[in-house]
Amino acid sequence: MSVIKVKNISLTYGKGTSFCKTALDDVSFEIEQGEFLGIIGHTGSGKSTLVQLLNGLLRPDKGRILLNGRDIWEKPKQIRQVRFKVGMVFQYPEYQLFEETVRKDIAYGPKNMDLPPEEIEKKVEDAARFTGLRPELLDKSPFDLSGGEKRRAAIAGVIAMDPDVLILDEPAAGLDPLGRDALLSEIKNYHDTRRNTVLLVSHSMEDIARISDRILVMNKGKNVMLDSAKAVFSRGRELESMGLRVPQITRIMMLLREKGIPVDTGALTVEQGFSEVLGCLSQKHSAPVRP
Amino acid sequence: MKEFIKVKDLYFKYEEEDGQESDFALRGIDLTINKGEFVAVVGHNGSGKSTLAKHFNAIYLPTTGDVTVDGMNTKDDDRVFDIRKKVGLVLQNPDNQIVAGVVEEDVAFGCENLGVPPAEIRHRVDEALKAVDMYEYRQHSPDKLSGGQKQRVAIAGIIAMEPECIVLDEPTAMLDPRGRDEVMETITKLNRENGITIILITHYMEEAVLADRVVMVDQGRIFLDGTPREVFSRVELLKQHRLDVPQATELNYKLRGCGFDVPDSVLSEEECIEAIMKLIKG
Amino acid sequence: MVRDITLGQYMPGRSLVHRMDARAKILLLLAIIVFIFVAVNYMSLMLITLASMLVVLITRISFRLYLKSMKVILLVIVFTGILNIFYGSGQVYWEWGVIRITEGGINNAIFVTIRIATLVLISSVLTFTTSPTDLTDGIERLLSPLKIFHVKVHELAMMMTIALRFIPVLLEETDKIMNAQKARGADMESGGIIKRVKALVPVLIPLFVSSFRRANDLAMAMECRCYNGGKGRTRMKVLHFSKADVIALVFFLVVFAGVILCNIYFPATVR
Repeated sequence: MSVIKVKNISLTYGKGTSFCKTALDDVSFEIEQGEFLGIIGHTGSGKSTLVQLLNGLLRPDKGRILLNGRDIWEKPKQIRQVRFKVGMVFQYPEYQLFEETVRKDIAYGPKNMDLPPEEIEKKVEDAARFTGLRPELLDKSPFDLSGGEKRRAAIAGVIAMDPDVLILDEPAAGLDPLGRDALLSEIKNYHDTRRNTVLLVSHSMEDIARISDRILVMNKGKNVMLDSAKAVFSRGRELESMGLRVPQITRIMMLLREKGIPVDTGALTVEQGFSEVLGCLSQKHSAPVRP
Repeated sequence: MKEFIKVKDLYFKYEEEDGQESDFALRGIDLTINKGEFVAVVGHNGSGKSTLAKHFNAIYLPTTGDVTVDGMNTKDDDRVFDIRKKVGLVLQNPDNQIVAGVVEEDVAFGCENLGVPPAEIRHRVDEALKAVDMYEYRQHSPDKLSGGQKQRVAIAGIIAMEPECIVLDEPTAMLDPRGRDEVMETITKLNRENGITIILITHYMEEAVLADRVVMVDQGRIFLDGTPREVFSRVELLKQHRLDVPQATELNYKLRGCGFDVPDSVLSEEECIEAIMKLIKG
Repeated sequence: MVRDITLGQYMPGRSLVHRMDARAKILLLLAIIVFIFVAVNYMSLMLITLASMLVVLITRISFRLYLKSMKVILLVIVFTGILNIFYGSGQVYWEWGVIRITEGGINNAIFVTIRIATLVLISSVLTFTTSPTDLTDGIERLLSPLKIFHVKVHELAMMMTIALRFIPVLLEETDKIMNAQKARGADMESGGIIKRVKALVPVLIPLFVSSFRRANDLAMAMECRCYNGGKGRTRMKVLHFSKADVIALVFFLVVFAGVILCNIYFPATVR
């Protein structure tokens, strides 16, 4: 079943002025309940606009967005309810922390939902666990945390609302390789445990390739691909023409194949690439496939 | 090669506002940077690499030990401006280091502080903007530029001061891939064509590969110092210190681990493919 | 959205007005504002308004942009205009209880509207055609006699430059933080005044924190570029009076003389 159905949405910024810019142009697609969807596209492709439309922070000029079968703008006064169901973690979310303690800050969302105190407390602790925040950090000021911990506290603030759909915009931006890997595996773990729908927007193809079920590719305000990671990355040349970069390992596989080596160009990780190359080496005397 | 920056037994501790003792952020750094070199300093967040960067132009002063720039000690108060004239620093967030509301006027800011005559400033600003390929944007407001463009304006502001060395503290951490490429292209060009010494602080290994020399820092100490090829052959050690290697390097490393006859270390896709082709054809 | 406000943004160009010295522009602006209020009848008001319109044409900046900056204070213009209708004396056109619309009132309304509109228009000319640095530089030079009284003129001008530079940055940031808090269910559109003020806390605190961080960064960036106050500083763009300034000065001296003559020869419409 699809949790979100996007039907022919278009959005133009600054209509009627000289700064007018079409951000999205007749976009339609569906997101399945429980899937992990990666969204890629270079700056200005419309991906940030798209995710802000999904949780009602922006309103489309044309078209409809259905959440569990209902138009999210059916009752504009109740758009907040939509925002509780579609949680949104912005880029550099640590800049939104404001409360005296981490605990209070994470509780801000659930409090706005008017939940009873015991439930809020439980949600805060669950969210902290998912993001790997140690319990003793909860009573500290968010401004005393390290960069990575602040990032986690901010993400926990959205997870604590227990949304049906969680959207993360570049959650690992600015983190070092280890911090990035840890955060992504926590998100993956959250997804596997809760079986919720997660949307991950990123520039990093390596990250997206590793954890997404399917990938949505945006280019110039249109959705140009929506397919499994393997299928999307096997169209490496097309992605490159859109100014996107495929993972280095995928490029190596692409170039090997162009030289007539029978490797699978859908290899997304070093391990997969390694086993592809091993496979070729073990049968190196057999005839090469036609490129 | 001529020695330019010399760091000797550098220890550094941040002064806490509440009088608490904090740990040393840098513990015994010894490093010599030669004129015209392109050095990448790599390390994970909190390894001390950014703290080290701010010692090169006397923003931070050593708790013990010395940093000298072209023979001038950074502790010498009278030479601070001479040092900063020679060593420029570009920071991570491009928004926060642009002072003026028009690109060319921001680029002029440093020269104006140095008291350069107006006609000379005009000339230097134009040249600096051309060097970073932002000349056509000289009349623009910085707000309307992309992150990569802003960062190049910040670099131009430093170049206009005609420094011998530019230190860049994670200049690409907040940029998208295109902005990252723009900045790296600019830096490489400045090093190769203008002979400016570059010290690049980063945790992106794809960027470190472009340098002549890679210095790996962790826990306030230097663990590795060598050519990219030497440093990237130590895949296990890098991983232990919370760093990645480029995927091409890792693939080659895995093949080598299985006993295949591939080079000690490869840095680019092309080298990796060449090695694999040799294995398959040979 | 907050970031749509483009009040007083510099529009680069090469017109006669662009080429004028910032100091001359500031002084002339002040003089024009004075004369807008010196004009007391339709003839003199028309003269100064037409002269301002001519300047607007010379800038070669799309009139739409001027209208846009006017839109921001449209409410003020309309409000004061309407309010003025009910004040004044002379022939009564319409009366209802204490409310009276008189000939004088209507004249007042028209006058106030045209005066404010012209004022905004001519002020926009200054901000549109002068780069922020030139503007603050001009102010710095004009105020420099105050240094005798130990006024820190250079520091004030530098503060202005930085403020102008960071206003758009902070507006954008406000927008981002507001969106982030709205995504966490912040309700900023409904409720009474106290509730609304309270709803601003989650926006203001992060904004303050980030402003301090930016200020810290900026201070470091300025230090890196050898900033050491106003001493020994030179400027890339040297302000100097040119032919453009002389032309503008002569033109407006004639206009000002015209305004005074019209004021003398025609009866005053407003007090």
